[in-house]
Amino acid sequence: MPHDHPHDEPHSLLPSDPALRVKALQTILVRKGLVDPAAMEAILDTYETRVGPHLGAKVVARAWADAAFRVRLLADANAAMLELGISGRQGEHVVAVENSAHQHNMVVCTLCSCYPWPLLGIPPAWYKSDAYRKRAVREPRAVLADFGVTLPEGTAVRVWDSTAEVRYLVIPQRPRGTEGWDEARLATLVTRDSMIGTGFPREAGA
Amino acid sequence: MSRPHDMGGQVGGDRVKPAPDGIAGYDAPWHRTALGLTLAAGGLGAWTIDEARAARERLADYPRMTYYEKWIAALANLLVEKGLVARAELAAGTADAAPLSSRAFTAEKVAPALSRGTPYSRPGPAPRFAVGDRVTTRHPAANAFVAGGHTRLPAYAEGKPGRVILSHGPHVFPDRNAHGLGEAPEPLYTILFRAADLWKTPENPDDEVTLDLWESYLAPA
Repeated sequence: MPHDHPHDEPHSLLPSDPALRVKALQTILVRKGLVDPAAMEAILDTYETRVGPHLGAKVVARAWADAAFRVRLLADANAAMLELGISGRQGEHVVAVENSAHQHNMVVCTLCSCYPWPLLGIPPAWYKSDAYRKRAVREPRAVLADFGVTLPEGTAVRVWDSTAEVRYLVIPQRPRGTEGWDEARLATLVTRDSMIGTGFPREAGA
Repeated sequence: MSRPHDMGGQVGGDRVKPAPDGIAGYDAPWHRTALGLTLAAGGLGAWTIDEARAARERLADYPRMTYYEKWIAALANLLVEKGLVARAELAAGTADAAPLSSRAFTAEKVAPALSRGTPYSRPGPAPRFAVGDRVTTRHPAANAFVAGGHTRLPAYAEGKPGRVILSHGPHVFPDRNAHGLGEAPEPLYTILFRAADLWKTPENPDDEVTLDLWESYLAPA
């Protein structure tokens, strides 16, 4: 199982400088016809321009604006997401979890970096960091403080450690002063971090 | 058995450094290539997500590697293990030119494959536990089939009491699938733990942690 000698591992044959080793592996895979450079660019373009937290924000804004949608989202998130045309890899089994005055939800993957890509896109570096993975389950409130977030008295934290293929979307509380706002306007208040549970939405008028 | 990737609950992590809102960027240009190359090579269908995770976890240099360094090292190891790339090609940093493989993930496959995804639910056994049931997790957190093998029960939650709050039905079982032993679907549950049951000195006794755990990790409490 585990290799005791790192130099026996095939990757050690590549250059040690990370940029050079990635370049070498890319050259090998493209020359061998195992990677289509156009496919690689299409994948990257997807996550650089089309799939990102603006999609999760649409889901949250609709849940705030449409009570029946909120009920459907909490019951079967994937079916509700499909109503907005949202689906995809690393989001095949989504569960939406709603914040309240009594419960604040926060998502981590302590074992690797599982994240709801079709809703939030590529995970930010901090989500994948050892610091977040180590601390989020044991001291979520101290981690929230790193984000400038302090929870009101009486709010318990529930940390969802994504250890399987279930992916979690946090539905933050709707900001005060947004009565009558339409979905597009509400979506402008929804931040990426508020959907991971390390932030609050923007305030109305902020 | 050291499991350096299993770091949840370890004491003494650094401060978490927040990032600007919006679509996440790359901290270095080669991170972009590492991401694209890993996903494009994954599209060959030569390994499962469980094999990919296991390949990263067993890197001898895991604790010293940055995130995308792990991805690239595991990718190179998997390509050799699966017979797709030769060690000599890695050493040379190049290979003989060949036409695009019929297995390659082509540009026209990208959009449908990314938006379809790969569901991990399967037909399988009926769940033994119901929502509300009290359970205890396996101790120690270890693969029951392969010594030192891949498992998804974090050490911080081994031998702990919890309660079933969601039942997801049978899902592909990583402890077998990561080692080429088949998908062996098992019922998957979300288990709720009290922070006070996980940590000697919880930040707040009312806080909770949930984990997604397969049935064979659990015993009735």
